[in-house]
Amino acid sequence: MDTLTLYMQYIVNGLTLGAIYSLIALGYTMVYGILKFINFAHGDILMVGAFVGLLVYTALTGEAADPGVWTIIAFFIAMLISMGFSALLGVLIERVAYKPLRNANRLAPLLSAIGVSFILSNGAAWIFGTQSRRFPYPFANDPIRIGAIAITPHQIVIIAVSVIMMILLTFFVNKTRMGKAMRAASLDQATSMLMGINVNRVISLTFAIGSALAAVGGILASFDFRVYPSMGTMTGLKAFVAAVIGGIGNIQGAMLGGVLLGILEAVGAPLLHIPNSMRDTVAFAVLIIVLLVKPDGILGKNEREKV
Amino acid sequence: MRLLETEHLTREFGGVIAVNDVDFHVEKGLVTGLIGPNGAGKTTLFNQITGMDKPTSGKVIFDGNDITGLPAWKISRMGIARTFQNIRLYKELTVVENVMMGLHFKVGKDPFHHRFSQAIKSYFFAARENREVYHKAMEWLEFSELAEHAQDFAGSLPYGKQRELEIARALAAEPKLLFLDEPAAGMNPSETSHLMRVVDKIRNLGVTVVLIEHDMKLVMNICDNITVLNFGMKIAEGTPNEIKHNKDVIEAYLGRDEEEDS
Repeated sequence: MDTLTLYMQYIVNGLTLGAIYSLIALGYTMVYGILKFINFAHGDILMVGAFVGLLVYTALTGEAADPGVWTIIAFFIAMLISMGFSALLGVLIERVAYKPLRNANRLAPLLSAIGVSFILSNGAAWIFGTQSRRFPYPFANDPIRIGAIAITPHQIVIIAVSVIMMILLTFFVNKTRMGKAMRAASLDQATSMLMGINVNRVISLTFAIGSALAAVGGILASFDFRVYPSMGTMTGLKAFVAAVIGGIGNIQGAMLGGVLLGILEAVGAPLLHIPNSMRDTVAFAVLIIVLLVKPDGILGKNEREKV
Repeated sequence: MRLLETEHLTREFGGVIAVNDVDFHVEKGLVTGLIGPNGAGKTTLFNQITGMDKPTSGKVIFDGNDITGLPAWKISRMGIARTFQNIRLYKELTVVENVMMGLHFKVGKDPFHHRFSQAIKSYFFAARENREVYHKAMEWLEFSELAEHAQDFAGSLPYGKQRELEIARALAAEPKLLFLDEPAAGMNPSETSHLMRVVDKIRNLGVTVVLIEHDMKLVMNICDNITVLNFGMKIAEGTPNEIKHNKDVIEAYLGRDEEEDS
């Protein structure tokens, strides 16, 4: 395989990885947009989502089902149930762990989030054990070849599902009244309350959507990475990096940042001869460069000078 | 007819009683002034009524309903709008967009109570709906004489105009009762007289107005009734003329030296 096709292949792989980062980054960025707070438990919600998805999927198909029509249907059923479960979990966490601290100093909810993160990952280890599980492939795994580039059906599903989710989210945020209420609340909570917007409900909704997207991200990620209690830590952290690169608080920024990070990671590591075990450094090196060059992120708005 | 009443309204912060057993009432269709020295509890009283804060004890009755302790967004949808001492606009949005915000979520329209079919409809007619809201917003800007600034960023307007924009946005929700917290603060004399004209126009619309103000000339000229607070307690109420000659008010609030000014 010549170098060009090899790198084309890396880009395809990076795109898949990036789509997953984007889905998860959206949760960080939407919550930050409204509450100006980093939800460090977000990564663990994707882990819970992956576990719920896996459990429902295996309950529906049995341990070792051959890919077929039923496994595909079961996969999407599992994904929807996992989204619902994670959405409820996200809302519950906000109510219990963050809402009472909304008027406390900014460090308090952050610490609370780290606490929730530990509770979730340790809780999962307690319930499911610490060994990793494989998510059985619901789709046939014969790669489709375009020229010399191979794309697996799973990669296609990852990209397709991510794109659909992002289109739905964009539609929701820009076209519906609830989306408008959400954008208003992210500009100014107190004023929005006076405009008749139930800001508490907007916040709950934000956590619900962010957590549901994280669940999708978690399930899609488990095709490659397997399912285990601490799977959310690194993936969550990198998705957070993606959100910062794109401009935290900005929805398009999270999408762009995720895809960009995925591609940079997939292409950058082989390009710079970084061994696989050190691959994660790429993401954080990119983060440092972005913070030095454009601290607001690529699509982050420059704060207009207030006179 | 009374549009708003508070009964024994009290708000304590630790040991400080910011509002102490206040019976405040507002007659429908009139302009009521709320005055008192700094720290008298005027803004605290506003906050209790508009749901920004919950009273320690006492009741707030609006239009026959007990609204004590309801959240701000609910009270706002029942028809009470307000402006702030420190201006609260969406500074990153344009002037007309700010007023559109006031319209989008106006009284009785709950964005969360829209059924799916309505969501679909609101998608296909989003453009038309937006156009309607835009035109309505422009009408309110005409009313407040801000139309020429419609496309400017709200944060770039001069101070006096920002205050009037906040009033225009509050009016766009078509409230029954409008609270203005120091609308003339920081305004120059020509801006103040313009504001007085606007408040007069608001009264003519049939909207009941309550205003906190330190500018005595404005208060005495524009208000039908005045209530005076001092150290959290109501010390007087009446027409501007009665207040002007009330001994308690003169001593507690205006001070002897400023008697002629009033």
